[in-house]
Amino acid sequence: MTLLDGPPHVIAAGAGLLADALAEQAAAVTGVTWRPPLAGTAGDLARVLADPRRQAANDLAVRRLTSARPHLTGVRRASEVLRQAEPTFLHAGPPITWERASGPMRGALVGAMLFEGYAHDEEEAVARLAGGEVRLEPCHQHAAVGPMAGVVSPSMWLYEVRDLEHGGTAYCSLNEGLGKVLRYGAYGAEVLDRLRWMDTVLGPVLSAAIELAGPIDLRNMIAQALQMGDELHNRNRAATSLMLRELAPAIADAAPGSASEVLRFIAGNDHFFLNAGMAAAKVSTDAARDIPGSSMVVAMARNGTDFGVQVSGLGGRWFTGPAGVPDGLYLGAYGPEDANPDIGDSTITETSGLGGFAMAAAPAIVRFVGGEVADAVAATRSMYEITLAEHPAYQIPGLGFRGTPTGIDVTLVARTGLLPVVNTGIAGKVAGTGQVGAGLVSPPVEAFTAALRALAENAADPSDP
Amino acid sequence: MSDAVFVRKGVYHDSVTLMRVSRALSELPGTEVAVVAMATELNLGLARDLGFELPAADPGDLLVALRGPDTATAAQELDRHLAALSAAGPGQETEQPPLTTRSAARRGGDLALVSVPGEHAFAEAMDAIESGLPVMIFSDGMPAERERLLKERADERGVLVMGPDCGTAVVGGVGLGFANVLRPGPVGLVAASGTGAQQVSCLLDQAGVGVSHVLGVGGRDLSAEVGGLSTVRALRMLDEDPATELIVLVSKPPDPEVAGRVRKVVESLRTPVVEALLGSGADLTAAAEDALRALGRPVPDWLSWDGSRPDGVRGPLVGIYSGGTLCSEAALIAGTGEFTDYGDDAYTRGRAHPMIDPTLRLEALRETPPGAVVLLDVVLGHAADPDPAAALAPAIAARHATVVVALIGTEADPQDLRRQAETLRDAGAAVFTSNARAARHAASIHRGNQS
Repeated sequence: MTLLDGPPHVIAAGAGLLADALAEQAAAVTGVTWRPPLAGTAGDLARVLADPRRQAANDLAVRRLTSARPHLTGVRRASEVLRQAEPTFLHAGPPITWERASGPMRGALVGAMLFEGYAHDEEEAVARLAGGEVRLEPCHQHAAVGPMAGVVSPSMWLYEVRDLEHGGTAYCSLNEGLGKVLRYGAYGAEVLDRLRWMDTVLGPVLSAAIELAGPIDLRNMIAQALQMGDELHNRNRAATSLMLRELAPAIADAAPGSASEVLRFIAGNDHFFLNAGMAAAKVSTDAARDIPGSSMVVAMARNGTDFGVQVSGLGGRWFTGPAGVPDGLYLGAYGPEDANPDIGDSTITETSGLGGFAMAAAPAIVRFVGGEVADAVAATRSMYEITLAEHPAYQIPGLGFRGTPTGIDVTLVARTGLLPVVNTGIAGKVAGTGQVGAGLVSPPVEAFTAALRALAENAADPSDP
Repeated sequence: MSDAVFVRKGVYHDSVTLMRVSRALSELPGTEVAVVAMATELNLGLARDLGFELPAADPGDLLVALRGPDTATAAQELDRHLAALSAAGPGQETEQPPLTTRSAARRGGDLALVSVPGEHAFAEAMDAIESGLPVMIFSDGMPAERERLLKERADERGVLVMGPDCGTAVVGGVGLGFANVLRPGPVGLVAASGTGAQQVSCLLDQAGVGVSHVLGVGGRDLSAEVGGLSTVRALRMLDEDPATELIVLVSKPPDPEVAGRVRKVVESLRTPVVEALLGSGADLTAAAEDALRALGRPVPDWLSWDGSRPDGVRGPLVGIYSGGTLCSEAALIAGTGEFTDYGDDAYTRGRAHPMIDPTLRLEALRETPPGAVVLLDVVLGHAADPDPAAALAPAIAARHATVVVALIGTEADPQDLRRQAETLRDAGAAVFTSNARAARHAASIHRGNQS
């Protein structure tokens, strides 16, 4: 049908009076609930929207993101993957120095010093870190992600996830469990004991088991877990169960002697899958990197001090703002005054259309987003307003198997003023405390307006496509 | 007497909606002044001029400034209005409304109508084009290079851009923007001017001839910068439309090169084209008459109602217009007098169009010197003032002036053309459905006095 063949269904953006006039004529009208863009962004928006590369670039970016086929292909030592000449620790979020690092980040770095034997005690660890004896680099700079503090030291084991569609590889550490754990900044004896057990038992057993089981299709596993009530960030119970089911026979075959303790460890940790899921998200978003003109977000990450985003068309540049304190539920006697600002690379799940964006899939944890199932549905529905596509494989049964909102567009964030919905764990602000709660956090708006400004500065001339 | 000033974060409504709220609040017995507006620089300035002390606010915030003996009641009323404006329909609690044209287009649609503030219209229009939808841009104030860019992208997609600053269109029987209720028929209009298209189509309607479609192109389309892309596309669309037997092209003085290009297209069409080039002496009434003759239809005596009292004329000729094209047509025909288009950007920043809000024109009418000849237009149709004569008639009756009204509308318009005409006539105005005739009449009264 062409425009002139019959009464048109009109999309009306702007004056309510004109939409009313259409309704009076019994015309079909869809009203846009328009509001002005974020303050100060109108000029940048116009330049970016006029960039002749943008639409095709974003189509390509989101197609690569949603067509990635992440598979778990191995578990390897960080030293083998990173091959750093000098002592280097990876950390979550955008780049950070020891001086600016928050309590849990410092705690995790101290724990890694002790674990690696770079220091004999806390005091020595702090002195060496403050003296710059260990390089600190973002996980994201090394095709890796880490939850919470995200500290990766050379002898730690990492999941290796390959994108069989585009050929990329991404890494993430193994999950230690909940409570007092390194990623939340704890570094007491129990933390170090567990790390040593992971070093000598869990890592080698998983490595051998995956070799036996062959590549595990994480895209498929995530798709199934979404239909079983996970959103893959704050709830990983279904995915962990699926992974355990997949790995158990191979673990028993590979290491009959330690199989029971390894299986018991995995079964005792509802978030065991999180790190594999994060590596899957990372390899998918990395497939969408470096597409000139694309305004799609390819990373959101926090280091406990800054919240940073990276954008496909802007290479490895970070755009940051202060990390906010999450709003959530607290463990035991902890309260908001104990909470550290937002931390971790786990926002890679939201970046790839999971986590807060898939909240409607996880009615069991709706108390994180306001208490009602309707709030979870509303959270997911609102994210379709700032994303480029619906994921073809990651679907939400409660929304009629609609694909999750995927591919955050910086221009849509600026236009709607809607910030990504981020689910998160909450770390204690004092080094050594560990986890104090879980909830929701709002990214800082300036990270997105700064990225928009950079896109505007890099925009191609519209007359020269 | 006290002032109450506050800012609401995160509440947005368009300026027309908020002006209705402001008006409702200022009509309360305990309120003298009520300003409810988005906190743009302009609106902050207006409130400051009224003597209000203002807190810091962003353009995205809602500014409320109330003055009177009972501002508390006004504040309560405000809450009631705002709650009513944002109330969701039944069963809509979890439905996310689309926040962008792009999002709305994903849910389906054939055409986008964009009337957001001008600096933001580009984004919504681009959404429509990228979604493969034609778009009517009612908003004005878009730089020409962005208009050109939109039209180039639209050409790649094979969709039509109507506007920017496109005030009226009729597509498939649906009136968009300021639109008269026109009978269906064989004439397709391509118009660079909204009120120009309204005048021509209303006269055709009066002669019993209906329209197939009215496609606006924006006043700048035939400029060298924009290159006539929409005019050419609209002509081709109407040529392919089986319901269109005759095309009327209402254009503004074109760039010569663009005019040549359009001429070639016109010559290649199977459908005959009647052209009305504004500003070249051809008036809109003559264009409607040319179209009737091309269809072999008789030209009627255009309706008029003369209630004027042209005695005591001694003042100037004053044109108080809401339609830009009607204003310049009248000025050209009258050849003398002081004409103001209150629909111009300069008068509509931060306030509604004079076709909706008569305040500025009523003030201008009150300020005309005694004995003047006043010429004004009243445009009927969807989205226009629901009863313009109600406010105008008393103002006309109160003036010692000769008032001539160009009444643009059809018998089917919601305002009731005849009732409007009779009310204005009874107030002492001479009412013409042809703007050209109204202008000639006013000029001859004015001349008669001068001689």
